[in-house]
Amino acid sequence: MASHIGSATSRVDGRAKVTGEAKYAGEFNVPGLVHGYVVESTIPKGRIVRIDTSGALEVDGVIDVLTHRNRPQMADKDDAYKDEVATEKGSPYRPLYDDIVLFSGQPLALVLAEDWETARVAASLVKVEYEKAPHITDLHAERANAYAIDKPEKPRGDAERAFASAALRHEAEYFIPTEHHNPMELFASTAIWDNGQLTVYDKTQGVQNVQQYLCSVFKMKPDAVRVMSPYMGGGFGSGLRPQYQVVLAVLAARALNRPVRVMLSRAQMYALGHRPATIERLALGANSDGTLDAMTHEAIAVTSQFEEFARNDTGWGNLLYKSPNAKFEHKLVKLDVPTSCDMRAPGAATGVYALECAMDELAVALKMDPVQLRLQCYSDRDQGADIPYTSKQLRECYRQGAAAFGWDKRTAEPRSMREGSDLVGWGMASGVWEALQMPATVRIVLTANGHAEVATAASDIGTGTYTIMAQVAADMLGLPIDSINVKLGDSTLPQCPLEGGSWIASSVCNAIANTARAVRGDLLKLAIGMKDSPLAGAGVDDVALIDGKIVSKRDATRAVSIASAMQSGNADRITREEANKVAEDKSHARNVHSAIFAEVKVDEQLGVIRVTRVVNAVAAGRILNPKTAHSQVMGGVVWGIGMALHEETLFDHRFGRVMNANIAEYHVPVHADVHDIKVIFVDEPDEIVNPLGIKGLGEIGIVGVAAAIANAVYHATGKRVRDLPITLDKVVQFN
Amino acid sequence: MTPFQYARANDVADAIKQIATDPSAKFIAGGTNLIDLIKYDVEGPSRLIDISHLPLRSIEPTSAGGVLIGAMVPNTDLAYHPLIEGRYPLLSRAILSGASQQLRNMASTGGNLLQRTRCFYYYDTATPCNKREPGSGCSAIDGVNRINAILGTSEACIATHPSDMCVALAALEATVHVTGPAGARTIAFADFHRLPGNTPQRDTNLEPDEIITAIELPPKGFSANYSYLKIRDRLSYAFALVSVAAALELDGDTIKEARLALGGVAHKPWRSSAAEAALLGQRADATAFAKAADWLLHGAKGYGHNNFKIGLARRAIIRTLDQAARGTPQSNSDKKIR
Amino acid sequence: MARSGTAKRVTRTATVPEKIPIRLTVNGNHMELTVAPWTTLLDALRDHLDLTGTKKGCDHGQCGACTVLVDGRRINSCLTLAVMKQGAEIVTIEGLAQDGELHPLQQAFIDHDAFQCGYCTSGQICSAAGLIAEGKAKTADEIRELMSGNICRCGAYPNIVAAIQQAMERS
Repeated sequence: MASHIGSATSRVDGRAKVTGEAKYAGEFNVPGLVHGYVVESTIPKGRIVRIDTSGALEVDGVIDVLTHRNRPQMADKDDAYKDEVATEKGSPYRPLYDDIVLFSGQPLALVLAEDWETARVAASLVKVEYEKAPHITDLHAERANAYAIDKPEKPRGDAERAFASAALRHEAEYFIPTEHHNPMELFASTAIWDNGQLTVYDKTQGVQNVQQYLCSVFKMKPDAVRVMSPYMGGGFGSGLRPQYQVVLAVLAARALNRPVRVMLSRAQMYALGHRPATIERLALGANSDGTLDAMTHEAIAVTSQFEEFARNDTGWGNLLYKSPNAKFEHKLVKLDVPTSCDMRAPGAATGVYALECAMDELAVALKMDPVQLRLQCYSDRDQGADIPYTSKQLRECYRQGAAAFGWDKRTAEPRSMREGSDLVGWGMASGVWEALQMPATVRIVLTANGHAEVATAASDIGTGTYTIMAQVAADMLGLPIDSINVKLGDSTLPQCPLEGGSWIASSVCNAIANTARAVRGDLLKLAIGMKDSPLAGAGVDDVALIDGKIVSKRDATRAVSIASAMQSGNADRITREEANKVAEDKSHARNVHSAIFAEVKVDEQLGVIRVTRVVNAVAAGRILNPKTAHSQVMGGVVWGIGMALHEETLFDHRFGRVMNANIAEYHVPVHADVHDIKVIFVDEPDEIVNPLGIKGLGEIGIVGVAAAIANAVYHATGKRVRDLPITLDKVVQFN
Repeated sequence: MTPFQYARANDVADAIKQIATDPSAKFIAGGTNLIDLIKYDVEGPSRLIDISHLPLRSIEPTSAGGVLIGAMVPNTDLAYHPLIEGRYPLLSRAILSGASQQLRNMASTGGNLLQRTRCFYYYDTATPCNKREPGSGCSAIDGVNRINAILGTSEACIATHPSDMCVALAALEATVHVTGPAGARTIAFADFHRLPGNTPQRDTNLEPDEIITAIELPPKGFSANYSYLKIRDRLSYAFALVSVAAALELDGDTIKEARLALGGVAHKPWRSSAAEAALLGQRADATAFAKAADWLLHGAKGYGHNNFKIGLARRAIIRTLDQAARGTPQSNSDKKIR
Repeated sequence: MARSGTAKRVTRTATVPEKIPIRLTVNGNHMELTVAPWTTLLDALRDHLDLTGTKKGCDHGQCGACTVLVDGRRINSCLTLAVMKQGAEIVTIEGLAQDGELHPLQQAFIDHDAFQCGYCTSGQICSAAGLIAEGKAKTADEIRELMSGNICRCGAYPNIVAAIQQAMERS
């Protein structure tokens, strides 16, 4: 029956993207557009003594320069700035609010001009005098001042005592540096102010989050603010919170009563938020058979001085491995940097990296195959909550991943596999993430001509939301996919959560199913109202919508065409809006899992590393579209390659500044770095997790990949590198 | 960004005349580095004199048996020219290991010589840098200096020259043809770039009112035994941590002539006559290569993050010489180092 | 950009130089516009001609999103001054499809799901068109190397290579 769900449908927004027709936030060239250019702080901490904007104002074409001194009014209470993702504790940053400098790269002025070129020229004429204050940006230097935060993971047993008496012990620290999302699209907002009505095109993963934020910051009524984000050039978490350019664009639009665009530079985007630098300490105690007796995972991560950002780094071991004794601790260090933020698989990308490297080290100590160790410790229950999973086909991930990779040909000894001047290394790791649903509402408008509009305020940040929604709606409504028009990225559409956390597919698609059922009920009523209706007596769940018809499930010959049902009832359209049902049920753990196998080739003399093969076997419930799902996971693997080998935001702590705030020296993988990536989706029917059995894929692709690569580098070279990225000088001792 | 005027030069004489009347003007050809620096506010010329249309686009054999390359020849045209691919493949490989194809399509031969350093502090106008602002200090010496120099440094500057092409040109002993108000002159490649000393703001010995018109390659191209090996933090589209240009002339397995130049380690492509002399008459083997490497790296000094470059360079030199001797130059697309 | 007291201050002129009229042929259409000397080809396309298919990802030649074809060659339009391209023939992503029919590369990118967010896609496709015209890439390794100037943060690289191979086979 389902012909679209599960099929490798090409993206429905593909044509718009390959022809350049898809418009992003900074591409709405409305008449009379004013261009804003940001002047940012060069010091990380202190106070603005003076801003001299006279030089900028003299430039022909400059309209105004906004600073904290002359900006229009904005809210003065913290609560007004607390968006949906804001941290519980702390005061969100307020752009152009006052003279306090909290981090390097903070916006201090906005130059507004008739064209972008003029704004940019004038921006360099703004002179700022500071009163500097002592700053600190180095996690390691501040480590002693780390403080513990409340953690959901409760300790079990006595991990320290069990560790002390364990047959085999592994204890080590791992380090992940600050990383930046670097989506390809520059952050931009276009604010159009028209007689008290505000329309904003914003680069965001949550139009309604931004809409509500703007309403509270500018004290506007909800129906006066509309936020649009039809396309987003990559987010990866950087667009979850409203970013400062949207505030600046709105401030300026209100001040000038004209449309304003503010587009940030790549360098300025390094002050938007980042994956926090994190120190992870693992202490694993094992019995000689490879079962775990003690697991301690501690994390020390960075947050800003003004907000307390923390994600679950340390609880993942509870989801993967049995250990009667366990202890978790999460600490934070406050530094003079922007608040850390979510970045692809926040907490898991870092925490599971450390955990899975530690497991590999334990396997070496036990002289046990790394896959075998995972199977020895395998847990069929969430150890923390002591509940079963809705489904967990991780064993199958290990099996299928290993088979596709050829793991059985691995020789255990490090440096034992060679190919000419290359050392060959094979490593593996596990991955885990959450399978959440959030409340979402979908509106379907079915018209008598057989077309349906399916709408919700989600954003498609490249994940394929447009496409899977069209697929699900086509199946549920019995219409060709070409007859489905998906509308997203508009805050006036029905409520939808942020595009993040891998929850959009499950939330939105289950909402489509509920809405489609309501539409089906309306159609059935119309069909039953027809003279001599073949569907007389049928209930809404006795019929299905197939090929433009309302069809009895028991007897397919009993059917009424949608068109004739609507015609007979004089209905030119049916509009329904329903939400998904988010289970409060805490009886099961809801997770997706993966097993990653990586091959590296390392030049023995020079330490140059190539990731030649990766297999990522994923168990993530129902796969709606193998084509876009494959891309999601493949992209996650590429991120894992970057995390393992390339990515690092370099600070000069003397200046408190990022020194590689560009995409030439902040290295992300390029074409030449990416070779053979195989993605396997393990069959995982799941009738508990949600009605459609969808688990989500946005995060799982990256989780564990850096560990698999790090473990492969160890296997190749015998050198264990515990601080990322693994650059050649860490692999080879050169001097 | 500082606004600038724009003017087009009709010919070389016009270009020289225009720059003489405006000392704060700069020539622009490909623009791949200059526009980048203007946008970062590192450069702020009052006027750009467009020399991209000057008729300096030919690649011609010389009567002396070499090749004369017009200064406006785009990097890709040079790399793929049959004369270069056939007779000077070292140059071709070096060019193609730098930047991206788009940038190579834009960048001119002359402009490639005039690239400024990629030192983080040179680019960040919020930090002191003697090259950008003489007398302000060198932030890199005690700073984030993974990419900085280990040879020929001074207390004022530890920047490197970022070009790959220049490393090959240094090894090939090219000559730079320049023209200025006083007429034309030539500069040996080894004398073209400077060490930082106390004047790190000056990268080259080209006078501000001079223009590069051509690069001349001598007859010898070492097309049988050469290799260009570039080591970087990702496998393409990144600047060199260390690069090596090696060219040998062999008689059997005895070295008759050797050329060796390093990139990514100094303010200019780094050569040493002692290193090359040490290879003469030797068997092309690891022992000889190691000796040459030691000579070439004589006096090398790390500044913390870049200490590893000394050992890396040593091994890379040995490897590249081996590739050259075996006649198996490093491929640009196959990233395995054979 | 703001500066601290230690930074070099470039000499400023109060008067901004005058704009310059230029002629370009963009996707076969004759265009006349007036731009500042420092207006890049990228900004001219996006802001002055409303051809926003060409993307700005870094504005410094570090990402390749702005790749267009100038006189048949792929270049970074962000590092190209519009005034220097007087009279040039420019092809952008908007000019690849002919009479509504997608260019083989565009179709191949859809077929192979060679993009996710779509922001690097215009640059990848224009770069690939340049690559095919150059005729230097035959193997997957060669495609990867010669496409390395186009960053895809979504990580669609293997699909992009497959799409280019499909288009090469069919052209």
